[in-house]
Amino acid sequence: MRTGTIAAALLLAAAPAAAQTIAIEGGTVYTAVGAPIRGGTVLIRDGRIAAVGASVPVPAGALRVDARGKWVTPGLIESSTNLGLVEVEQVQETNDFRIREAQGGDQVAAAFNVSDGINPRSMVIPVTRIAGVTTVITRPSGGLIAGQGIAIDLLGNRVEDMTIRSPAGMWASISENARDAGNGARGGLTMRLREVLEDARAWNTSRQAFERGETRDFSVSRLDLAALQPVLAGRQPLVVEAHRASDIQAAIRIAREYGLRLIISGGTEAWMVAGDLAAARVPVIVKVLNNLPGSFESLGATYENAARLRQAGVQVAITSGETFKAYTLRQEAGNAVAYGLPWDEAFRAVTLYPAQIWGLADGYGSLEVGKVADVVVWDGDPLELLTRVEHVFIRGREVPLVSRETQLRDRYRHIDDSRAYRP
Amino acid sequence: MKRAPYALVLAAAAACAQGQARPAARPAAQSQPASTPRAPAPTPFPSTYRPFPSTPTLIRGGTVLTAAGQVIPNGQVLLVDGKIAAVGATVDAPAGVTVIDATNRFVTPGVIDTHSHLGVYPSPGVQAHSDGNEATSPNTAEVWAEHSVWPQDPGFVRALEGGVTTMQILPGSANLFGGRSVVLKNVPSRTVQGMKFPGAPYGLKMACGENPKRVYGNRGGPSTRMGEMAADRQAWIRAQQYRDKWERWDRDHSGTAPERDLELETLVGVMRGEILVHNHCYRADEMAQMIDMSHEFGYRIRSFHHGVEAYKVRDLLAADSIGASLWADWWGFKMEALDFTRANLPLVFEAGVRAIVHSDDPTGIQKLNQEAAKAIEAGREIGIDVSLNDAVRWITANPAWALGIDRWVGTLEPGKNADVVIWSGNPFSVYTRADQVFIDGALMYDRSNPRRQPRTDFEVGLFPAEAGR
Repeated sequence: MRTGTIAAALLLAAAPAAAQTIAIEGGTVYTAVGAPIRGGTVLIRDGRIAAVGASVPVPAGALRVDARGKWVTPGLIESSTNLGLVEVEQVQETNDFRIREAQGGDQVAAAFNVSDGINPRSMVIPVTRIAGVTTVITRPSGGLIAGQGIAIDLLGNRVEDMTIRSPAGMWASISENARDAGNGARGGLTMRLREVLEDARAWNTSRQAFERGETRDFSVSRLDLAALQPVLAGRQPLVVEAHRASDIQAAIRIAREYGLRLIISGGTEAWMVAGDLAAARVPVIVKVLNNLPGSFESLGATYENAARLRQAGVQVAITSGETFKAYTLRQEAGNAVAYGLPWDEAFRAVTLYPAQIWGLADGYGSLEVGKVADVVVWDGDPLELLTRVEHVFIRGREVPLVSRETQLRDRYRHIDDSRAYRP
Repeated sequence: MKRAPYALVLAAAAACAQGQARPAARPAAQSQPASTPRAPAPTPFPSTYRPFPSTPTLIRGGTVLTAAGQVIPNGQVLLVDGKIAAVGATVDAPAGVTVIDATNRFVTPGVIDTHSHLGVYPSPGVQAHSDGNEATSPNTAEVWAEHSVWPQDPGFVRALEGGVTTMQILPGSANLFGGRSVVLKNVPSRTVQGMKFPGAPYGLKMACGENPKRVYGNRGGPSTRMGEMAADRQAWIRAQQYRDKWERWDRDHSGTAPERDLELETLVGVMRGEILVHNHCYRADEMAQMIDMSHEFGYRIRSFHHGVEAYKVRDLLAADSIGASLWADWWGFKMEALDFTRANLPLVFEAGVRAIVHSDDPTGIQKLNQEAAKAIEAGREIGIDVSLNDAVRWITANPAWALGIDRWVGTLEPGKNADVVIWSGNPFSVYTRADQVFIDGALMYDRSNPRRQPRTDFEVGLFPAEAGR
């Protein structure tokens, strides 16, 4: 098993751990902003990065982590998941990522923020973070407007301790997934989206009249109308799931009409309209391993999506698009490299770029002084599948490399029927 | 559990309009000479596969992972007349042979997937294409996956680009007995007969656990695991009776020949060892039940599929020589997939079970090498060192065995079919891609040559030429 980790010690003394000074020494440091630093040191103090460089003095009493021969990187950021909102997909009672309004109701659940439904003790979280994923955007799913997702880091017992930004965005869909909201047609979908935005705009200018019952009827609830205000003001991004090239163009049109900050999620055929996306400065969240014409809205699927978008000047973040396999994020990024994206760009597409896209870059996404100390030590290239995670730090605290999955593994390392009395 | 048999066959046959009547099948005895009938009948849907044209080819300079026990650095592989003529550090090659320089590259047998639904759940995945589950009865042992396969599924081409040369197409898993599988060569063809692997035995897809419960729980059952076992056992009892009837008939041909029953023909084929059981089963305790049932009725389980808890009963699998077709790391989508560990494959491997990486997925099938890589890493974490050669076996030789075609494919050994992949690097690196793929010695895919990249009918004319893909 793994040895030499300081996790156990930290577990025993969890409270002072954040105040601990930790020096990760001797590794090749990939900061995501500059050239790799060979034989570099990352100094962590009070949960933040205190220093990064080739010759960093290590204060006496610091916990020293030997990273010689290892790679040191920022923690990875997963941009599209339901992590913390579902325990077992087919056990409906454990599904908390969509509400009725987004399923069989009016398909609009703008007021729904997933935050209170997040379970910090989800068994899926340790499985994910021991693969080097330290931050995720966990989001609602379903309907025309699914609601608000939030950015969390994967350590803590209270959602407020984990929350980095809430809401991080408003999720909508112009895709076959939301076809019920369109009254049978794509144009119906965008018609309805515009209606809701119109209503939200009108409601905002007549709030007092609305409370007196002196306005026209609005097509969605007051809570939804209120929740859409930051989106209309451009303070909160509208994340539109769209796959067909023409649907992406429709999203760009709507964003322009209403002055919205648009992020495209999914974007299977985004490469076909890369010029439009670049001109409108719209970032795209892509899943790399998606090359099948799986539906008539994704006939143009190709593994080269990310590379072609980047080539055209579009900012790209890579997602696993998964909850239970969010830990395959690095596999997605590695495949982006195999299909034409330069390594540095693929690495930034799971670190710095998502931080920028989600407005977290002041604290996350790179190893720079002052940023939150989400740091991973790997025994090789993090995008390689044979590479092992050696240490994971979140907010400067080392996370034990233990999950239910590793515990089951250890329980059955040797088969013997007394295992029920072992941990 | 029994129902009118022919209605279901009709429902499965795309060519028949729904509800249209068809004459009942004739009793076998009236249609065949008295001396021949013996269930199951030889297939009336024979393979018409012919290898594509090939030229004698020498692959040299690469790291050759034979999957037969050796790794040959800077090795040579000679392909002649569709067969592997020689493998070694150096081989004697005839004059005029086509030489491929594989320096800095890796050479392996073609990748084989024991669990695919390509063709029966093709892309695009619209309702009109949904032909993988004859979900009209818990027992549809009478349906044959080959009658659903759409050879124009673009997924076949994508899988070829991932080095896949052979795959088993399975029906199910809505049903306890989902029907017969078919083993296909990954070659372009207008008909499924043109893809059928000559000589490959049929498989029987069985499923236990949540899927049949979910599909039939409110439709007359079974609604419980015990109900599933009961329905399974009743089917095997009927199969025993059917087998006995035919054996009596074969002995003396007295009286009237038994009436043919497609469902029971398949089950009897299993009992005779001619059809291999591929059993979808997640939980350890369920696998133990299925093993006991196989003992009760005297059939063998060739391979458990999915087996998320296979690591818990790896000793039982080893004792019965049952292969384990597993994902590297799928979990969480249902209760019976909860107790996963990424070390599943290395743990069963260590116990002497034939470990097989399977996909059950049109994307996963393209990256079986990467799936294996993740499991190798998980093994290393607990001190199980899987050699390169053994890891290659997880996606070549072991699946070949599970499909009963290991005489012909799965390793790079003289005399075997020349199904070969040249990889751009170590096949377990995420950056590696299949450069060239040979099937029976014919170059079926070449990454550097667009003229050697098949394109299905479905993808013709999808985009204006200038758009590219």
